[in-house]
Amino acid sequence: MTEERGLPAPAPAVSPHSAAFWEASAQQRFLVGHCPGCDQWFWPPNRTFCPRCGQAASLREASGRGTIYSHTTVRVSGSIAIDGAPYNYKDALPFVLAYVELAEGPTVMTNIVGADADVVAVGLPVRVEFSRTGGPEDPALPRFRLV
Amino acid sequence: MAGRAYIAGAFEHPGRHLPDVSPAQLHAEVALGALADAGLTLADVDGFLSTPDAPGFGVITMADYLGLDRLTYTDTTETGGSSYITHVGHAAMAIEAGLCSVALVTMAGKVSSGVPVPSGYPDAPELSFEIPFGASLVAEHALAARRHMYEFATTAAQLAEIKVAASTHAQHNPNAVLRKVVTVEQVLDSPLIADPLHKLDCCINTDGGGALVVVSEGVARSLDRHCVAIRGHATAIKASFDGRIDLTYTAAAQSGRRAYDMAGIGPADIDYVGLYDSFTITVLEQIEDLGFCEKGKGGLFVESGALRSPDGQLPTNSDGGGLCNNHPAARGGMPKLVEAVRQLRGEATPEVQVRDCRTALVNGIGGSIGTRMGSATVILSREAV
Repeated sequence: MTEERGLPAPAPAVSPHSAAFWEASAQQRFLVGHCPGCDQWFWPPNRTFCPRCGQAASLREASGRGTIYSHTTVRVSGSIAIDGAPYNYKDALPFVLAYVELAEGPTVMTNIVGADADVVAVGLPVRVEFSRTGGPEDPALPRFRLV
Repeated sequence: MAGRAYIAGAFEHPGRHLPDVSPAQLHAEVALGALADAGLTLADVDGFLSTPDAPGFGVITMADYLGLDRLTYTDTTETGGSSYITHVGHAAMAIEAGLCSVALVTMAGKVSSGVPVPSGYPDAPELSFEIPFGASLVAEHALAARRHMYEFATTAAQLAEIKVAASTHAQHNPNAVLRKVVTVEQVLDSPLIADPLHKLDCCINTDGGGALVVVSEGVARSLDRHCVAIRGHATAIKASFDGRIDLTYTAAAQSGRRAYDMAGIGPADIDYVGLYDSFTITVLEQIEDLGFCEKGKGGLFVESGALRSPDGQLPTNSDGGGLCNNHPAARGGMPKLVEAVRQLRGEATPEVQVRDCRTALVNGIGGSIGTRMGSATVILSREAV
């Protein structure tokens, strides 16, 4: 678990159907939706059913490895408040927003941390790490670092 | 399509900053404007379509406010800025089914009317997997632009040409917010918002609105106004669905193909296009998806000056579009339709009027090409009733 300096870690709104993911995140375990029927992974892990076949699905621990599918360095950003929770990146500019294609297949929206923006590139391998949003029991955000 | 439907009236609100006009009054002003354009009145309206962001209880409140007491068809389809293009198709279907004969489509709103988060409404199930990472509409579109550049060697200068073309058109539009012609260099010199997108790759946000009146063939015959035929329409939704994302194309690939099939024509038959231009990359991907050039060749296509009206290969957004003219309530579909009707009627600003403009295509993208989107395509022709 690392504390990425400068990047905010706003607490996500946890729904009953994503609670298992966020509980595991507190323990630095990266779970991804998985359908036993299709043997396919899906993202985001906010469903109790497989979006392909409709069967009951569960969460499985994924490798946490992937490659950068696309990235942008955000230089101007506003603040969004949902249910009173601020998602404010104004003080963290510039930061890298990216899609990471997991080794298991799905693509995850995330941040690339610990690298200068001009080093980040499509195709580079990355590995998940978690940013605490509060105490050790609270959800942690899956972010990715170049390997 | 048997028993065609026609656009008989079209109106774009001239205002761009309207602090003293309520949203309900804005809906009324555009409704009255479009009906007057058609030579009809509120008493003729038996179909009403608008989005749920219309004031109060949407079409229920607005039907009351406008005195629409003889409605036999209503529709509140919400697919963001593409909604009104969808509404034209739905109005045509309702008219062909005999459910109504004069359908009013209204769009109005303020800069502040937009939904607060890029994925839509706050209870979206994906929210916690996107917003905490700093996602925003511009950043999501930047992700699409970056991937398009990676796969097809598209350049920032090529994207910039889309803004240059829009500004070239907007100089002739007295209502446009940004009337100054800009160069590729000026776009590239404007501040990066989320690279590779610069400030001038982004649309403006304005107050305003517009309305259309869609009528049956029988009503169209009775009017003195030039009515424009609705020849094809389709909608599509594209998302990652299970997490597999491809940011190099939009839902226009599906809606476009089906609209062409309904109209029985193809991209080579289109004289003018109105394309949703939330960002320059949105235009580029739609051009490819709608078959105006090969996938991946959009950069080269726009670089050639193809979008310049009236003489380019594909005159596009001749009013200046959302990049320069207006983008009421962050819902840009309606102005694209109104300008297409002007082009088909030969009533566009003379400097940008496409000569012998017979067939137009309008495409809207609602939502975000970086995550999930709705696309709506309408194909119109100038043929008289």
